[in-house]
Amino acid sequence: MITFMNSSDSEEEPCNERTSLMSVESPPVPSYQDGLQAPEVVETQTHRKRYTGSSGSSNDVAHGNSDAELLVQDVRLDNEEEELTLKYGAKHVIMLFVPVTLCMIVVVATIKSVRFYTEKNGQLIYTPFSEDTPSVGQRLLNSVLNTLIMISVIVVMTVFLVILYKYRCYKFIHGWLILSSLMLLFLFTYIYLGEVFKTYNVAMDYPTLFFVIWNFGAVGMICIHWKGPLQLQQAYLIMISALMALVFIKYLPEWSAWVILGAISIYDLMAVLCPKGPLRMLVETAQERNEPIFPALIYSSAVMWTVGMAKPDTASRGLSQQTWDSAEDMRENHESPSHLDSEISETRNPAPSHPTASSLEELEEEERGVKLGLGDFIFYSVLVGKAAATASGDWNTTLACFVAILIGLCLTLLLLAVFKKALPALPISITFGLVFYFSTDNLVRPFMDTLASHQLYI
Amino acid sequence: MGAAVFFGCTFIAFGPAFALFLLTVAVDPLRVIILVAGAFFWLVSLLLASLIWFISVHLSDPEDSKLQYGLLVFGAAVSVLLQEAFRFAYFKLLKKADEGLAMISEDGRSPISLKQMAYVSGLSFGIISGVFSVINILADSIGPGIIGIHGDSPYYFITSAFLTMAVVFLHTFWGVIFFDACEKRRFWSLGLVVASHLITSGLTFLNPWYEASLVPIYIITVSMGIWAFFTAGGSLRTILLCLPCKEEENSRVMVYSALQVPVED
Repeated sequence: MITFMNSSDSEEEPCNERTSLMSVESPPVPSYQDGLQAPEVVETQTHRKRYTGSSGSSNDVAHGNSDAELLVQDVRLDNEEEELTLKYGAKHVIMLFVPVTLCMIVVVATIKSVRFYTEKNGQLIYTPFSEDTPSVGQRLLNSVLNTLIMISVIVVMTVFLVILYKYRCYKFIHGWLILSSLMLLFLFTYIYLGEVFKTYNVAMDYPTLFFVIWNFGAVGMICIHWKGPLQLQQAYLIMISALMALVFIKYLPEWSAWVILGAISIYDLMAVLCPKGPLRMLVETAQERNEPIFPALIYSSAVMWTVGMAKPDTASRGLSQQTWDSAEDMRENHESPSHLDSEISETRNPAPSHPTASSLEELEEEERGVKLGLGDFIFYSVLVGKAAATASGDWNTTLACFVAILIGLCLTLLLLAVFKKALPALPISITFGLVFYFSTDNLVRPFMDTLASHQLYI
Repeated sequence: MGAAVFFGCTFIAFGPAFALFLLTVAVDPLRVIILVAGAFFWLVSLLLASLIWFISVHLSDPEDSKLQYGLLVFGAAVSVLLQEAFRFAYFKLLKKADEGLAMISEDGRSPISLKQMAYVSGLSFGIISGVFSVINILADSIGPGIIGIHGDSPYYFITSAFLTMAVVFLHTFWGVIFFDACEKRRFWSLGLVVASHLITSGLTFLNPWYEASLVPIYIITVSMGIWAFFTAGGSLRTILLCLPCKEEENSRVMVYSALQVPVED
């Protein structure tokens, strides 16, 4: 396993939330400009409001409306959109709670049942210093050195990726990412299945195994890198995050893991928010080129709904219509891997209008939900998995870390709704998680154990 | 025995909580967030109480078992008081959030009422409190093992499960009563809630004399339930309204001018 890790550092990629596959041709971002044609044809009013002006969009008000009405309707739409933000804000939080919870459940279930992932079998080359030293100071020093090496590897690769992206070496990135997801989907799944079968003493023959893994991996590659049903893609992304997290839990030594978690959340904070941070540059470059970046290693919770409206006969009556589900355009028609991006871009593809008879037109609105980088999934699961693995058989610590991470995610999404730009998703959650892990393991656990031994309830 | 006891005790302890969660909380994302945040607040209160207990234990003589038991009682009391304090803090936070939501919303009303928030916050405290009390016991009940081999009660698992169920219900009811008392500034209600929490916790000190602990705790649970029912606005009339299974007329009016169904409350 270790020699394998040596061979290529592309396996490092999936752990690095900055890396992701770019689609060969960036899917055309349906701009809301398209939607403007239809109203003009149909002669009804559609009101749109954008929050932060996106490339020159303005309030488009169709003809035939007085100024006073316009003002009132504007104010009303403003409130509507605020309310919608909040209403759908809560929905987005849940849309992220569910996959994060699922990933953690998979990781914790595996850790608690399959012994392989808690056995020490060597270390990654990225953490060369061993922690088997007798003195505490030496151990601490080794873990800090391991962290420094790991973080610098991640920084170097991120910068490399940004350079590649800047100089438009799409094919290279493409190949890199395909290789890493191939490895995850085939090799790591094979190892995982092998260990699970060993744990439950299931007899399995190679042809069946080959058949299963081939299908699993091939469908996974298609879903992740090309097209597939959204839920299948989400399921695959959760699975590869869980696999990667399990690898980390197995191969990172104890103290190094905690220090790495702390250091990577600080790095995430800086990489996303500092003006010269690699991730920020990535985001800005993608913005300049107006193309969505990294659609593959981002978990996206897209929601699609149809708004049916009756369009009146244009000749007979000029009734005003409002879109009662106008989500505001978040302007960022791209996603950034390692952080949260609220992309509520409204795309309207109205059916061609029939000016003759009053027909029911289905206006489709697609709201792209919130996106979360897979690296965030991985590190959340590493934290909870490590808590499950090392907290002396205690479930309370695992649950406390779980609640802490969810609350951190909630707060991050709240900040996202306030600031409306890409934010790092790791710092708050990991900080809460670390605080709760150490305090629950050292303070709460003895208290609850003592209470339970007397069957006392508080 | 292991799996049967495990599943039985899990469902006794968490069946009602799970059902309440699925039917009332999981449908609305805002309520799920309130649930998780409530759990967080309870966890912080537990953290502080454990810290106090930990410090007191380490400052004292570890050999003296009577002293240690006394410190445990003290720790439990401090924990109860801190839980209620954090329930109050959560009330303040939710009240502020309620006002914020009301301001932002179109018709000036927030999408969730304070009573619903009281119920969800009570449920959240109950779930997390129950889980933290019993999950390690449940994990141990899968086996292998024999309970009571050293002379302790052999009914440990099942009584723990029933106690946990009572705790879940109690926290839910306390949440409703507490929030209402804070809203209407009825301090004697507040004091009664805190006192009943202390009494409940104190009654568990009588374990393993289960007749003296379980029965009164369930009596307290039922009475709290009735009190919470009337606090939340229930009455005999509303019970009677729930009973007949008549389908209500769908009284939605189509507003012609915009051809949309008006937003339901």
